[in-house]
Amino acid sequence: MILFDTVTKLYPNQSRPALEEASLEIEKGEFVFLVGPSGSGKSTFLRLVLREERPTAGNVWVLGKDLSRLSNWKIPTLRREIGTVFQDFRLLPNKSVFENVAFALEVIGKPKALINKVVPEVLEVVGLEGKEERRPDELSGGEQQRVAIARAFVNRPKLLIADEPTGNLDPGTSVGIMKLLDRINRLGTTVVMSTHDAQIVDQMRRRVVELENGHVVRDQSRGVYGYAR
Amino acid sequence: MRAQFVASEVGNGLRRNLTMTLAVIITVAVSLTLFGVSLLVRAQVDTMKDFWYDKVEVSIFLCAKGSDTPSCAGGAVTPAQRDQIKADLESLRPLVLDIYYESQGEAYARFQEQFANSPIVDSVNESALPESFRVKLADPTQYDVVASAFSGRPGIEQVNDQRQVLDKFFRLLGGLQAIALIIAVVMLIVTVLLVVNTMRVAAFSRRRETGIMRLVGASNLYIQLPFLLEAAVSAGIGAILAVGGLILAKGIVIDQILAPSFQFTAFVGWDAVLGIAPILILVGIGLSGIAAFLTLRKYLRV
Repeated sequence: MILFDTVTKLYPNQSRPALEEASLEIEKGEFVFLVGPSGSGKSTFLRLVLREERPTAGNVWVLGKDLSRLSNWKIPTLRREIGTVFQDFRLLPNKSVFENVAFALEVIGKPKALINKVVPEVLEVVGLEGKEERRPDELSGGEQQRVAIARAFVNRPKLLIADEPTGNLDPGTSVGIMKLLDRINRLGTTVVMSTHDAQIVDQMRRRVVELENGHVVRDQSRGVYGYAR
Repeated sequence: MRAQFVASEVGNGLRRNLTMTLAVIITVAVSLTLFGVSLLVRAQVDTMKDFWYDKVEVSIFLCAKGSDTPSCAGGAVTPAQRDQIKADLESLRPLVLDIYYESQGEAYARFQEQFANSPIVDSVNESALPESFRVKLADPTQYDVVASAFSGRPGIEQVNDQRQVLDKFFRLLGGLQAIALIIAVVMLIVTVLLVVNTMRVAAFSRRRETGIMRLVGASNLYIQLPFLLEAAVSAGIGAILAVGGLILAKGIVIDQILAPSFQFTAFVGWDAVLGIAPILILVGIGLSGIAAFLTLRKYLRV
């Protein structure tokens, strides 16, 4: 699903690489937590998977494709198979819940009939049935993140990238979001989630990859957030 | 590709960015109107050349009594000289198309007609006016051949080319055309810069939408098309206004004002306007489309 082969990423005008000779493999169907302090390379890792950045050295494989050989015009096709969720939700404030989710399908040219069928389905999956006509500012943070997850999941991606999805939410709401991500994972989607939330990682007992200064320093199949120090 | 979605995006974009849209429309309209005017002036010069070069003639004035050029030292032209000149002109065919002879009597009659209301008529008598050959050339630009063959010959006072007078006028028109063209080019550069900036503002104000579109895998075409169409639509409106300006220039300035006061010459017809209009629309839409495309490549990268 994802394979990093001694990947180094050095941003221009920076002396220290954001990732340095990082190697990692994530299998289909896994649920992986990406942990580590700020600046450890988590966001760079996710940006490389989305091909928003190219590695300085090494190869990145995603969904069976060598991203260094992927031409620019094929990037959209790759991203259609990857759902993305962010800490700041990234919803369109002037569109309703339904329209926000439908937008993701409209812009890849899906027909209206299909949109009208699958959007209500996915809103039910994330538990937002009955709130189709609300605007983002009428929703709680947790509900907004559910809209974002619905948008990421509506095209049934093989891979879901979540960049600190609970970073703006209180612990109770976060649990709900984690249950939802877990459910999506059980529906067959691989989930890679970066987080600072130790409680969540400890509760879920899933694979944990820890980054520090651009290196993979820990990779445990049923890990916790950090060792007791 | 869903046309309705793209169309509503274009409409929203134009409305949200109304001041910039208006600015683009106005600069496109002004620059293209000037561009069109310069093309129209060129068409006018061509029309006048066609019209006048058909009519211009080379005049060979023969010596009259009292002419004071050196070639007239022998007094008025003799019949033998006159016949020789005529014969030499005939030998220049086919360059020489037509030859008329104007006698002193005919010259006087024409003079009287031209200055009918002027007291000058009474002060000039027939013998002071020179007789002349009026020569029509197949190719008016070949004037030098005639001039070199005849000027300075005994019995010939002067060889005159009417084209020289016209050329001064054409040079004036050419100068006007150049000025209009320079202003048009400067305005078109301004238009391009304005389109670049408008696209930058539009891309920035919609960075949220375009960011999401990128993430969910919308193709570049889908992301950029609404912006490109916005640029094309505003430039198209500007170009249509410019065509309207050109129609006014032809219909009012030329047909209503210039043509009645200058009846001696021909003016450009509507076919010239019809030929220029598509050029204006193509230049307008093409230029702003290219400017928008190049800007978007920078600001809406995948």
